[in-house]
Amino acid sequence: MRIAVIAGGRTPERDVSLRGGHRVHTALEDLGHEAWLVDPADAKLVASLRERTPDLCWLGLHGKEGEDGTVQRLLDLLRLPYTGTAAFDCELSFDKMLAKDVLRRAGVPTPDWVVIEGSALRDLGGGAALHEAVERVGLPCIVKPSRSGSALGVGSVERYEDVPGAVMSALSFSGAAIIEQQVVGTEVAVGAIGTPLETMPLVEIVPKEGVYDYAARYTAGATDHYAPARLDPTVSDGVHNAAAGALAALGTRHVGRVDAIVDRAERAMVLEVNVSPGMTETSLLPMAANAAGLSFEDLCDRIIRAAT
Amino acid sequence: MAEFSIDRFVDRYAARAAGMTASEVRALFAVAARPEVVSLAGGMPYVQALPTAEVSAVAREVLEEHGDIALQYGGGQGSIGLRERLTMLMAEEGIAADPEDVVVTTGAQQALDLLGKIFIDPGDLIAVEAPAYVGALTAFGAYEPRFLPIEIDDHGMIVDQLEQALVRGERPAFVYTVPNFGNPAGVTLSAARRHQLIALCREAGIPIIEDNPYGLLRFEGEAEPCLRSLDPDNVIYLGTVSKTFSPGVRVGWALAELSVVQRLVLAKEAADLCSSNLTMLMTERWFSDEQRWRSTLAGLVETYRSRRDAMLEALEEHMPEDATWTRPGGGFYVWATLPEWLDAKALLAAAVERRVAYVPGTAFYPDGRGANRMRLAFCYPPEDRIREGVGLLGALLHDEEQLYRSMQD
Repeated sequence: MRIAVIAGGRTPERDVSLRGGHRVHTALEDLGHEAWLVDPADAKLVASLRERTPDLCWLGLHGKEGEDGTVQRLLDLLRLPYTGTAAFDCELSFDKMLAKDVLRRAGVPTPDWVVIEGSALRDLGGGAALHEAVERVGLPCIVKPSRSGSALGVGSVERYEDVPGAVMSALSFSGAAIIEQQVVGTEVAVGAIGTPLETMPLVEIVPKEGVYDYAARYTAGATDHYAPARLDPTVSDGVHNAAAGALAALGTRHVGRVDAIVDRAERAMVLEVNVSPGMTETSLLPMAANAAGLSFEDLCDRIIRAAT
Repeated sequence: MAEFSIDRFVDRYAARAAGMTASEVRALFAVAARPEVVSLAGGMPYVQALPTAEVSAVAREVLEEHGDIALQYGGGQGSIGLRERLTMLMAEEGIAADPEDVVVTTGAQQALDLLGKIFIDPGDLIAVEAPAYVGALTAFGAYEPRFLPIEIDDHGMIVDQLEQALVRGERPAFVYTVPNFGNPAGVTLSAARRHQLIALCREAGIPIIEDNPYGLLRFEGEAEPCLRSLDPDNVIYLGTVSKTFSPGVRVGWALAELSVVQRLVLAKEAADLCSSNLTMLMTERWFSDEQRWRSTLAGLVETYRSRRDAMLEALEEHMPEDATWTRPGGGFYVWATLPEWLDAKALLAAAVERRVAYVPGTAFYPDGRGANRMRLAFCYPPEDRIREGVGLLGALLHDEEQLYRSMQD
């Protein structure tokens, strides 16, 4: 098959995307496909895809444009099939403000939250409601951009006076900030591949410095991982169920990763769904696949088959 | 159940490698390197101003006339011919030097590393400016010192603070300073403070490392005397051709007394045997044509002066009222101080989104200070791009101010 691996782009996750893209490119060639890399930041994407028409596009972009439905809509327009979730569902998943509402309506547990929009602060005097917002969620809380990846712009806040700074950090990445209840517990990632999607063994995430931030995600060795996660089977089942519910509610297809947390009462809560999971050496989806007995090539092969 | 080990050496690394982690700021710089972003971040010399044909000729001559030397190993101290040229460059700044006291290094950056190696034991205190050149903090940091940050103002390092530390009984292994148009602040140590620093360190027996990459990039006024010229016995001087010629040749040097030179040469040989004979010969030849290097340097200074002017004018026009910034008389950088509540690191993502980049201030402090500061480099983008970038930054800062005010009761 002729496959264009689209990776890179203009987001802060550019390097992560390129690293994953190169690995996928190599794997696809090893699988016998004719594969090539397209970096939308270097080449005009449409012209490049018209010049060398692929049978399938592998979407390896992260962050805005790659995960929010933008590139998916463009490929729909060009009538080019691609791996991963369709445009509208990408838009829902990428924007936590929307995704969390979808999850709640579908009965999927997710930590309590409120939304602060930058325009509401600037134009509508929304800052006066900040106290109520924080009170509703309680302290400590997590403040994060509504639309961003890789924990960029995410902060944990213990004191009310630190909330405005955290909101500004989050708004640096996105038009809206989510103030979310901080759940203490075991962080797990649930990888899912195939058509229909099937969840893989859970990956438990234990950052050595306690916080799963950008450095902990992308510095090899900064985080310990256990796959399968060290959870009781019933708790583990609960996570799989919550993850499956989230993937169904958000219309994820071919590949996805659900980030979840198991609280002290052993309840599974879904934090978010990623439609373009990382594929680097330190990424969680390849780790989950490995625990399921799949090599990186097997993983890529399954995703290709799911999309065709 | 399997514990995944992404990095099989994770328990084997030395403690000093603990800080070598992936960073958000680096990730954002990957985006900032895109051509559509006005980068006021990197301190890259404007090498496009070099006469490429003449540099090519120099490289060709070196290979044709001295190929057997150029392509061979050399001595650890660097060739005598080049060291003679470098003493000539130092004489431009009033330093009388003997070529025997010069060690050629791979950029002045390597000299920082080698000095760290021979002067710092783990836990030793070293005095640095706050803010300080980030490359010095990381080079010295590898030898696990404790830092004694000495604040700066418009007249450079506040030497009184160093004096107070000495009175408290602190005894740093050395004092590190960039006295001329420093990186990141762009400020220059005043004559009075130079004499004060020299006297203080001489009396306390504390060596000074004077790092002077920007001294010859002076836009106006008279040069202050180099610390080295004020007290040759107690000052180790570092120079580079990265700003006067090319950073690509990786030629820097240290000037020190014999005992230090001996150790630096041994440390240098242990690190990389020798610098590149090819680029050392090219540099020697470049600086042997006085008319050529002087006119090239004069052209560079004119370019940087014009860019500095563009940046200062644009800052005046676009920055919020409560922002302040330095007005460098040379070098590459303006250092801006924003309201206390502003976090320049957090703001970088929004800045890059609006297609302008800078370096957040915290990078230049060993102790996490500087959140509301930023380094703005005027060396690389042309004037219109500088104006555009500062305009974008100013608009962003105004929006941030509005956002901040909206959350204050």
